[in-house]
Amino acid sequence: MKGETNLQRILTGGKFAVTCECNPPRGIDVDTILKNASLLKGKVDAVNVNDNPCARVRMSSWAMSKILLDMGIEPVLQMTTRDRNRIALQSDLLGALALGIQNVLCLTGDHPARGDHPQAKKVFDLDSIQWIAAVKQMRVQGCLMNGKKVSGNPKFFVGGVANPFVQSLEMHVIRLQKKIAAGTEFIQTQPVLELNRFKAWLNQARDHGLTDQCPVIAGVLALKSVQMAEHLRNNVPGIMIPDATMDRLRAVSEDKQQEEGIKICIEQIAALKETEGVRGVHIMAIGCEERLPEIIERAGLLPRPDVS
Amino acid sequence: MIIAEHKPIRELLAMIDGYNNILMVGCKGCVTVCHAGGEKEVAILAAALRIARNRKGKPITIDELTLDRQCEPEFIAWLDDPIKKNKYDAIISLACSIGPQYIAEQFDDMVVLPGLNTGFMGGTLEHGIWGEYCSGCGNCQIQSFGGLCPITRCAKGLLNGPCGGSVDGKCEVDRDMDCIWELIYKRMKNLGQLDLLAQTIGAKDWSTSLSGGPRKIIREDLTT
Repeated sequence: MKGETNLQRILTGGKFAVTCECNPPRGIDVDTILKNASLLKGKVDAVNVNDNPCARVRMSSWAMSKILLDMGIEPVLQMTTRDRNRIALQSDLLGALALGIQNVLCLTGDHPARGDHPQAKKVFDLDSIQWIAAVKQMRVQGCLMNGKKVSGNPKFFVGGVANPFVQSLEMHVIRLQKKIAAGTEFIQTQPVLELNRFKAWLNQARDHGLTDQCPVIAGVLALKSVQMAEHLRNNVPGIMIPDATMDRLRAVSEDKQQEEGIKICIEQIAALKETEGVRGVHIMAIGCEERLPEIIERAGLLPRPDVS
Repeated sequence: MIIAEHKPIRELLAMIDGYNNILMVGCKGCVTVCHAGGEKEVAILAAALRIARNRKGKPITIDELTLDRQCEPEFIAWLDDPIKKNKYDAIISLACSIGPQYIAEQFDDMVVLPGLNTGFMGGTLEHGIWGEYCSGCGNCQIQSFGGLCPITRCAKGLLNGPCGGSVDGKCEVDRDMDCIWELIYKRMKNLGQLDLLAQTIGAKDWSTSLSGGPRKIIREDLTT
C-alpha cells in the first residue's frame, strides 16, 4: 500500500521519519504558531497537534490541525479518550476526516487531577487500545463501534504511543503488543534521554516481533533551560529526564543552556538514527519551537524525501 | 461496606442555623464500622453542636437515636413515634446518603439534613484508614485482572494495562498511590496468567453502571 498520507508513505517506504509537535494556543491567537510552523515546511514529514496536553485547556486539536493543513503542513491529530466518550470521539474523528485530516494518534491522555481544571469530571469511557480498535474498525470495516456504516469510505493512518521508561517492561511490552494488535500502524515514544533504557525496551519489543509489525518513531526533547527541564521532570507525566542530563544543563551558564539542550537533542537523534528498529524521530522543542528547523538541519535530517 | 465521613462542623452549623429542636439519627450498619455515624459518633457530634450553639447564645435541643440500619424502610418507621411526639424542626441523618433519602421519602413534612459525606464502597486498610475497592459498575470482571479492579483502582479506569504515566510502580495522579496495574501484573504473573493479561479487553458496556440512571435489582423469587 502506497499510503494516504505523507507520514504513512515515508514509513511504509522505509524512510527515516521526522515529526515534531505543535501545542495549540490557550486562546485564538495563532500568529506565533503559524510563524514557527511556516519555517517547518519541507523540513518535517508531519506535525503532531496536541489534545489539551497535561489536561490543560488549549484550542481543540482538530481546529489547529485544520489551520496547519490549510498552510500546507500535514498534521497528526492527537485524540485522547480523557475528555470525550465514544459518541463524541467518533463524531470528532468524522469531522476531522471530513476536513481532510488523515493522521490520527490515539492516546488515553494525562489525568485531569494534575491539569488546569482539576475539578473536571473525568471521562475515560474507552482506553487508548479500545479507541485504536474503534478507529481501525471505522477505516477497515467502514463502521462505527456499534456496527453502523459510515458514509464516504474514510481513509487515514492510525498511530499510538508508548513509554519505554517504565518499571515492568514485560507488562508494558504486553500492552504494546495489544496496541499493535488493535491496529496501530506506528508507535511514537516518550522522549529518549537514556538510550540504554530505551534500547532495553526496544529489544524486548523486537524479540516479540513488534518492531517488524509496526514502525517505532522515537521521541527526542530539545530542552530550553534548566527551568524547563525541571518543570517537565516534575509536572509532565511520562517524561523522564535523568540526572546526567540535568547536570549537563546546569554545568553551563544560563544563556548557553538552550544551545546545550539542542546539542543533547542532536546527539540523541544521531544515536537513534544508528539504533536498529528506530524508524524515525519525533522532536519536542517545548518553548523553543522556532529553533526546530535548525535542529533538523544540524541533525542531518535534510532534505526530507519527496514521497508524494 | 460504604465508607463515609463527617461533614465539617462549620458546614453542619450553617445547615442547622435557624433550627432549635432537631433529631440526630445514627446507623448501626457500615457507618458504625467506619466510625462515622454510629451511636458513639452521634453522641459526640450532638454534644459538639450543642456546645457551639450555646457559645453563639442560640442553644439547641438535639435528641439522639441510632437505628439498626437506615437502608431498610422498616427501621426508618421506628422514627414515627419520636417525630410525632416532638416537634422537630429537622432531622440530621448520620447514615450514608441512603439514610436521609429514606427518611425524606417516609416523612413528607420533615426537613432532612445529611450529617455525613458518603465516600465510596471500600474497606479498612488500617485503623483509621479506608480505601476504595468497587465502583458498582454492575458487571464484575475482576477475574480478568488477577482479582483486582482497575475500573476503580486505576485513576483512568484502564482495562488493557497501565498508561505511560505509571512511574516506578506509582500513579501519575499521586506518587504515593500504587499503580494498580503493577499489582495486577505481579499477581497474574505469579498465577501464570500472562496469556490472559495479553488478551485485549473490548470497550466496556457502561449501561449496567450509573450512567443508565438509578438502578434496581429485582429478585423475582423474593418479591410478592
